[in-house]
Amino acid sequence: MVSYIIRRLLAAIGVVIVISMITFAIFYLIPKLAGATPESMAARYVGKSPNPGQLKAAAESLGFNDPVPVQYWHWLHGLVAGREVNNGTSIDHCPAPCLGYSFRTSQPVLPMIEKRFPVTLSLAVGAAIIWVLMGVTIGVISALKRGSAFDRFAMTLALAGVSLPIFWTGLVSLAFFSYNLGWTPPGASYTPLTENPLKWADALLLPWITLALLFSAQYARLTRAGMLETMGEDYIRTARAKGLPEKTVVLKHGLRSALTPILTIFGLDFGLLIGGAVLTETVFGLPGLGQLAIQSTKNNDLPPVLAVVLITAIFVALCNLVVDLLYAVIDPRVRTR
Amino acid sequence: MRSTRKRAAVALIAVAALGLAAACGTSKSSDNGGSSEPKLDNKALDSVVNASDQKGGTLKMGLGGAWGDSFDPGDTYYGYSWDLGRNYWRTLVMNKTAPGKQGLELVPDIATDLGKSSDGGKTWTYTIQSGLKFEDGTPFTSKDIAYAVSRTVDRAVLKQGPSYFADLLNWPASYKGPYKSPKNADISSAIETPDDTTIVFHLKQPFAEFDNLASLPATAPVPAAKDTGAKYTTHPVSTGPYMWKGNVDVATGGTLVRNPNWDASTDPNRKALPDQIDVKLGLQADDLDNQIISGDQDVDIAGTGVQPAALPKVLQSKELSARSDNPVIAREWYTQIIGTVKPLDNVDCRKAVIYAMSPTSYQNAYGGKFAGGEIATTVLPPAIPGYKDTDEYGLKANPNGQESKAKDALKKCGQPNGFSTTIGYRSSRDKEKKVAEAFQQSLGKVGIKINIKPMPDDTYTSELCGKPSYLVDNKVGLCVYGWGADWNTGYGYLAQIVDSRTINPEGGSPNFAIRVPEVDKLVDQLAVEPDAAKRAEISTQIDQLVMQNAYIYPGIYAKAVLLRGKDLTNVFLNDAFGYYDYTALGKKQ
Repeated sequence: MVSYIIRRLLAAIGVVIVISMITFAIFYLIPKLAGATPESMAARYVGKSPNPGQLKAAAESLGFNDPVPVQYWHWLHGLVAGREVNNGTSIDHCPAPCLGYSFRTSQPVLPMIEKRFPVTLSLAVGAAIIWVLMGVTIGVISALKRGSAFDRFAMTLALAGVSLPIFWTGLVSLAFFSYNLGWTPPGASYTPLTENPLKWADALLLPWITLALLFSAQYARLTRAGMLETMGEDYIRTARAKGLPEKTVVLKHGLRSALTPILTIFGLDFGLLIGGAVLTETVFGLPGLGQLAIQSTKNNDLPPVLAVVLITAIFVALCNLVVDLLYAVIDPRVRTR
Repeated sequence: MRSTRKRAAVALIAVAALGLAAACGTSKSSDNGGSSEPKLDNKALDSVVNASDQKGGTLKMGLGGAWGDSFDPGDTYYGYSWDLGRNYWRTLVMNKTAPGKQGLELVPDIATDLGKSSDGGKTWTYTIQSGLKFEDGTPFTSKDIAYAVSRTVDRAVLKQGPSYFADLLNWPASYKGPYKSPKNADISSAIETPDDTTIVFHLKQPFAEFDNLASLPATAPVPAAKDTGAKYTTHPVSTGPYMWKGNVDVATGGTLVRNPNWDASTDPNRKALPDQIDVKLGLQADDLDNQIISGDQDVDIAGTGVQPAALPKVLQSKELSARSDNPVIAREWYTQIIGTVKPLDNVDCRKAVIYAMSPTSYQNAYGGKFAGGEIATTVLPPAIPGYKDTDEYGLKANPNGQESKAKDALKKCGQPNGFSTTIGYRSSRDKEKKVAEAFQQSLGKVGIKINIKPMPDDTYTSELCGKPSYLVDNKVGLCVYGWGADWNTGYGYLAQIVDSRTINPEGGSPNFAIRVPEVDKLVDQLAVEPDAAKRAEISTQIDQLVMQNAYIYPGIYAKAVLLRGKDLTNVFLNDAFGYYDYTALGKKQ
């Protein structure tokens, strides 16, 4: 098992390196192929109507005069061993893992990530709890009461949940619950958990529900389909024939088996969310990784984009690993293989 | 069958519910006189709305997205940043905090008076008030201002601010700013500080409008001991009535609290009404509009107007239009006609383009007359001294274009059947795309075939429309563009966009097209003319010459629908910025 985990971790590192190379290439190589020079690339980060001297100085300070592989090496070196950066008045040491400095604001990226990660984590964990509980429960009940009014209502609702874009549900829920009814605080009201847990939950309630609505719809449909298939299996009939209580049949034998594909999807979904729920964070003004990614992409600010991509890749890989390990817990057949 | 009937019933109920919702929405929002033209309040354009001297409360200011550049006075170029920044910095002189055109007047801030020029306008001397302090109680002197200006020379560290001082002052040839030059480098050829209350600037060339430069944030004092270079943006040391509580973040914002070391008796320009100013960044722009409508926020810092989603609501609601203003700001959206690209090297071909284009289509591309702007007929927008209400090509009288005049102009230029050219626009700007399409449609009626070419924003000026050889090689005859002044005078607005000497073969100039030797001479006169009235006359002449030579299709004078927060006091629009004056605002208690 240990060697399996080590192999998976090494593979994850490989994936992360490849992804960072691709991101780097998209940022540098595509403009270069289109004829961009170091000065013209620096023009993105300087004020209006810069003179040639300004552009030259900016290109030099941003490292654009180095060949792309050298720039990538500097970034990678910073990640592993840290690097030193001249901020004008002093030489700053950026310790490993140094994620570089924003091209636009000249601020180090790691503190940005450290500040924003708890926001995204709060959003993802809260929403995940809601959507798993809601989605799985609705899915199980729908499967058990197949064809009933509840089943139809729940599946219609699920269809609506999947179809409605989050920027619409988000804005509408803000307009209704915050500005009309005054039940929830307005957008961009995030308070850290450590500062005030009640305000933290209050500000996140609407984003949690909005995000969970989208996912719980998918999970309800998945659970329902899985349960319908499982409940028709021979071993379920056998369990019933043995006289097991229905609760045990459904939860221990039915749901347990139906959960396996859901767990796979959950691993991917949760890992991606940790990299930032871009739309939810943007609509609700939550200063998380998704908002950073979108702002930095808009500004052509590579270092923060690269950092968010890196974190997303790491978490997707990690969540997948955890899911694979959990398979063994849920499904005894995996253990015996 | 039963199921189908059920579904039909559900669908019917859903349609009825939607209809009901739509009806409710209509009845609630269309309370501004039915189908008649919306009436916006517009009182804050030239007077003070809810005038008050009452102090206290928290002013809530929000911005859709992150801060444009920096909070460092030496590293910022955004208009809203210059407006808000006056709450935590003071400059040598400043624009008067007064409604409308009164705001264009320059008044002393740190200085005791406006600058005194000598040496034919090459030397400018300011005397500053004594006893002024930084937020930590340390007195500041003329040397702190000299240091602040000198640091803007280093554009490798402070990349984003304007480069006027770096370009115009007579710096020693080897000077690279205080970060890279020796500590006590002699910069007396550019700035002298003979005593703690005097600062003297030496320019390479005479410059009549130096007081406007002295109003730029770069003259806000910076204590050398507290300067952290590129990191200074996180806590610029205050000299104004407010200071940042802890650090301010370009992504999330911060809080301005009262600066205990600001002395109101030295500062007649700022009322400093609220006890605190919350600057919240990273909001979603549509949500920010909703928050201002509901009263959860007071001001949209960007000052570019409400988003399209909220616009109908604001225009149709009595309550909202009663707290809205629709200023014409000192910005114009226009299209440059490139005279180096054949056959547009012929003035009559350029005139054919102007006559053929539909002014209304241009206006509609930007969102109509409320959110977009007024049909423009000149290079200068109305807010700039020197603007004269002339209409060389009869654009206002012919809002749908003038086909017959266009055809006549085409005959004169030897292209009776029209010609073909390319129009460039910035690909992320949907409004510019619509302008390009409007050109294609309008000009197509007279046989001018337009190819539309979207171009990346970040290289638009540096490598594409701003690069003369690119335009000729790719036959790009039209480039959609827009311009706002760094300060609202004829020179401030025109110098960079009409002077042919700013055109750089390597690209980068905002002047893509205008090459008129007489205009260049007039720009030189404008730079040195000490009399403001005469400068306005010269600006008018430049405007008319550019229009006569048909290098610009003027498009629209930009407008925006601004919404005032519910509880704001002392609100007015300062023409120097085109935004509400952020130093004057207060909050109802």
